[in-house]
Amino acid sequence: MRALCWEGVDQLAVRQVPDPELRNAHDMIVRVRRSATCGADLPLLAGRVPGLAAGDVLGHEFLGEVAEVGPAVRRHRVGDRVVVCATVACGHCWYCRQGLHSCCDNGAAPGTVGEAAWGQPTGGCYGRPRTTGGFAGSHAEYVRVPYADVGAFTVPDPVSDDRAVFASDAAPAGWMGAELGAVRPGDVVAVWGAGAVGQLTAQAATALGADRVIVIDRYPERLRMAERHTGAETLHYEHTDVPAELRERSGGRGPDVCVEAVGVADGGGRPASLADRFTGRGGPAEDPLAVREAVHACRKGGTVFVSGTFTGFVDAFPLGAVMNKGLTLRSARQHGQRWIPMLLDRMARDELRTEHLATHRFDLDQGPAGYALFRDRADGCVRTVFTPHG
Amino acid sequence: MGRLIRDGFTLQRTRRAGADTRSGRWQVVTVGVSAAELLPDGRWPEPLRPLADAVELHLRPAPGGRGTELAIRPLGGVATLPGMAAHLVGDDPDGYLRQVLRAVRQLAETGEVLRADRPGTERPVGRRPGADGPVVPG
Repeated sequence: MRALCWEGVDQLAVRQVPDPELRNAHDMIVRVRRSATCGADLPLLAGRVPGLAAGDVLGHEFLGEVAEVGPAVRRHRVGDRVVVCATVACGHCWYCRQGLHSCCDNGAAPGTVGEAAWGQPTGGCYGRPRTTGGFAGSHAEYVRVPYADVGAFTVPDPVSDDRAVFASDAAPAGWMGAELGAVRPGDVVAVWGAGAVGQLTAQAATALGADRVIVIDRYPERLRMAERHTGAETLHYEHTDVPAELRERSGGRGPDVCVEAVGVADGGGRPASLADRFTGRGGPAEDPLAVREAVHACRKGGTVFVSGTFTGFVDAFPLGAVMNKGLTLRSARQHGQRWIPMLLDRMARDELRTEHLATHRFDLDQGPAGYALFRDRADGCVRTVFTPHG
Repeated sequence: MGRLIRDGFTLQRTRRAGADTRSGRWQVVTVGVSAAELLPDGRWPEPLRPLADAVELHLRPAPGGRGTELAIRPLGGVATLPGMAAHLVGDDPDGYLRQVLRAVRQLAETGEVLRADRPGTERPVGRRPGADGPVVPG
């Protein structure tokens, strides 16, 4: 089959690779119909994540139809149209039972866990280095889905592929930011980042009753899209004093909930220093500028939720402000299994629309060009979506 | 051969006579099943069973209804480099035991031990219907 493979720093190629195979009884094979790019892929593409090897297949946000099921799969049959959660989780361990699926004890094959990096093993993810589970990515014609009964969800008939694909990752990530950020009716909510996750966080905050939602970014087309599709107010951070503006729009209190949904920060165009490049640390991807701003802007006793992609260390974190303002700081990779059924229901009722986020669609053969467009945020690109079977 | 001693909820395998009594650190996982489910009829769970002569084992209920805490450590102790240093030089029995414990937990909680995808170089070349099309270099 064809697959979009990482070949080296900023190098991708479509290669012929062996088809995936069932490896466990709870596995199934999915024929991929849609597979979206995600900001979390960019550190991989740039070679900033240890463990990725040439030939590894990228992609984790996808939808398709079931092509083959293992003998222990009960909820799905060949031909079902399913969206698959980007997080690989068993559904049985204590963490999954608490709804913390990305913390799953059993979501990675033994021997592949990222214990050295995080101190504990965490749930798996497709299209990442073997240290996050050992599962090939979805930018391919077919992909293996472990724990299929737990991670794959039948898509209701009225929901299009272009809408449902975002139930795999961006929509649950957005919902998580609002729900675990503890948005309540009447709240003022600020969201840093007007990409897919930021826009879906804004929609979720509105759905949870926020009185005012303010989205912050520097790309005018993304801000216009956020206004049009989420009803949020917007701030261009290069044109205004964001903390002052947020104080003014929240009665001087500061937002009740601040969500960082930048994904991978582009550093505002600031290149990485020579030292950053030499050490592989810091630089634009690990600059917590938006988190710092969120901490300072948030009202006393409020919540800051970090949804963005951080792969290592950050410096100059305002821990003093967190403590002295009594903030709650939360974060997670998305626990999609917890929210995807509800999100698909909302999509079916037309309460959650996401297809506008797929600003660019490409065949898999155009994968390298599609990623370049997404990485550079060129041509108004919010998400590139690949259609491996046309 | 050692033997199992039942002590309340705890099962302990005695050290072999004459074994080195230096103690290694206990490696522990919490498994979301009862001790009876984890060790049915006192039998050691797979894939720990092959290590029955090499490690001692303790069980106790985990607090908060989280199941059972399963602890093992090498009989006779081990003398290795600590933590990451052991891992880096490739002589890390503690890391190996943690890996075995994770497999025990997966088997007990999900019924299988999750296997990673095999690298493409190790998989048979096969093609499904419709899996065709040109290959385009980047």
